[in-house]
Amino acid sequence: MQAILDNPALMIVATGLMVGAASALLGPFLILRRNAMLADAISHSIVFGIVTVWLITGAVAGPVQIAGAALTGVLTVVLTELVAGTGRVKHDAAIGLVFPALFSMGVLLLNVYAREVHIDAHTVLLGEIGFVWLDTVELAGYRVPQALVWMGAMAAVNAAFVALFWKELKLATFDPVLAAAFGFRPRVLFYALLFLVSGTAVAAFDAVGAILFIAFVIVPPAAAYLLSDRLVWIVLGGVAISAVSTLSGYGLAVAWDVSIGGMMASMTGVCLAAAFLFGPRYGLVAGLHRRARQAVENEARALVVHLATHEAGAERQEENVAAAMHTHLGWSAERARAVLARSIDRDFVRRDGEALELTETGREEAEALLQPWRRGGG
Amino acid sequence: MTAWDLLSDYTLHTVAMGAAILGVISGVLGSFAVLRQQSLMGDALSHAALPGVCLGFLVAGTRDLGWILGGALFTGGLAALTVLALTRLSRLKTDAAIGIALSVFFAVGVVLLTVIQRMGGASQAGLETFLFGQAAAILRSDLVLMGGVTGVALTVVLALWKEFKLVTFDPEFARTLGLPVTLLEVALTVMVALAVVVGLQMVGVVLMAAMVIAPAAAARQWVSRLEHMVVLAALIGMASGIVGAVISALGAGLATGPLIVLAASAAVLVSILFAPGRGVVWEAAGRVRERRRLRGRQVLATMLSLAREHGDPDYPAEQGMLDAYHRLGTHGVLERLEARGQVRRARHMPGEGRHWVLTPEGRREAERTLAEIGPGGR
Repeated sequence: MQAILDNPALMIVATGLMVGAASALLGPFLILRRNAMLADAISHSIVFGIVTVWLITGAVAGPVQIAGAALTGVLTVVLTELVAGTGRVKHDAAIGLVFPALFSMGVLLLNVYAREVHIDAHTVLLGEIGFVWLDTVELAGYRVPQALVWMGAMAAVNAAFVALFWKELKLATFDPVLAAAFGFRPRVLFYALLFLVSGTAVAAFDAVGAILFIAFVIVPPAAAYLLSDRLVWIVLGGVAISAVSTLSGYGLAVAWDVSIGGMMASMTGVCLAAAFLFGPRYGLVAGLHRRARQAVENEARALVVHLATHEAGAERQEENVAAAMHTHLGWSAERARAVLARSIDRDFVRRDGEALELTETGREEAEALLQPWRRGGG
Repeated sequence: MTAWDLLSDYTLHTVAMGAAILGVISGVLGSFAVLRQQSLMGDALSHAALPGVCLGFLVAGTRDLGWILGGALFTGGLAALTVLALTRLSRLKTDAAIGIALSVFFAVGVVLLTVIQRMGGASQAGLETFLFGQAAAILRSDLVLMGGVTGVALTVVLALWKEFKLVTFDPEFARTLGLPVTLLEVALTVMVALAVVVGLQMVGVVLMAAMVIAPAAAARQWVSRLEHMVVLAALIGMASGIVGAVISALGAGLATGPLIVLAASAAVLVSILFAPGRGVVWEAAGRVRERRRLRGRQVLATMLSLAREHGDPDYPAEQGMLDAYHRLGTHGVLERLEARGQVRRARHMPGEGRHWVLTPEGRREAERTLAEIGPGGR
């Protein structure tokens, strides 16, 4: 057991998985409420909280420290609401005013107390997940990396929160007014969520720093959101995607000898790009494919409707011939040939020399389009 | 160091000029960003400059500012287009798209930073100073480049002033006039990357967002014409830039970026609180004044009603009775009315509370009030 816990690679990956799971559990609710940038604001301003808590208590890790520093995250949101509430600046500008100020104070305090704090401005941004196994605590007789303990605890707390308040969170996310009417107190719930986001940011701070944390909160759930409509799949999918990113990121970082945290966060971006491009329902490629198929379908429909319109008239000789597809429907010869070939394949149209004739299926299709009210006997 | 030494210090001159240039470009472009509610886009663009800085370094092989700024501009623009693509072509909203671009680009930057580190020391290359800014590292030759970029941005803004103004305030109308609205909007967004580039050495990538937002938000409180706002924002940006940069260059080991940001934040705070007309403090003071005036008129009206009911124009109303009537302590109100000559103290039996009588002027005021309220009123 201790051998496992002493294996740096395993401990790094385990910490990464915990960071990813803890963040991805909360991220979906921020994204769906269109408050994703609060993750950005919180993760920047907890730097101020971490330094302040360190100055007061003399320690960086621990439940009191996590909770204390996490209050800064909530403070950021409260201050933002306060600034936006004056009506003097818009909400987005308020976010962009509050967190840089708190972050600046944090960085300056770090500059001033640089010699005493073991965190420097560099760690703040980049984290040191590669070294998490160096800093251990005694737990049930085993030496366990401190970051893993706190990240695991945060992941458990977040999972419990999401599981316990699933129904309430769901309702408060999609219909806050109804949630309030049911007495679920969506605002309290929202602040609890933000408190947990802040706590997770503080716990993840040592491992991935303040800014890479944003990637773990926003990107995997966003990728999952591009793949599914159901909240449960967005939450679980986000966790799965962040696990994939952590594992592949670690592998690549070792192979290329680059920042592990940075590579893990970059991989979340790769996953998102994949979901954006190749997602089955909302992906770009699927969308283009769907549009192309729609275009083909429309061409066939245009043809059957054209034939059906002129079937009974005297102009039939002139209209219902292959050449008319070019002259009357305005299609290029090539396109006309392709449409005709497909329509014959689908048994919509029969070709008799130059003349085109609707089949039974083709006529049904045209009638369904021209007289939709007759369809289905309704 | 005497004051004269300080004023003639070469480094200090360079730093102050750099800060002034930065203030101008971020104030001008920030004004448009804030008014278009694109404040947080600046955050994404500034974080996204990090991979560009590294790329520029990798291409040039040395710390060549031209390449580095070019790289930052390139990745900044790429991030802006990423946000645009994600919001236009997927179901993700702006906040999530900005968060994604910000964190993933930054993560790639972190990875590249370690690539450079492995090659021969990023700290030796001085790339770390681009994170939080280091004003003292600015050279005279850098100023030419910064000034050049600012000149280009200002020229574009001046040349397209009317178009930008219209797109900012009424994009729909601009579209009906046949302006290429999307192109102009993209131009305004991507130009923020120019401001980021200029601020790289002073403020660093992490905090440039604040430099885009804060001066513009502060300026907006004092003026309400775009022309004035742009100029004032440039001045506020210059002032905060110089204050922060000079404090940092004096060599207390404090990072320049946070100092500049705090100076700009202070400007915002003062503006929101005290700007004439819009200031929160003036509004609060006005509310208090209004409430007092209202209370005074209420008390006068009550006294007149009592006098009428008792058929005695000089009816002495007891203060305790007025208190009970208005459910509040009327002492302060009555003293203010007395000072304005609208009531006077009446003689009363020992052991009773104070009594007040309307003066002729108070009676006129009370009659006006009752007339305004109309017959339905008290």
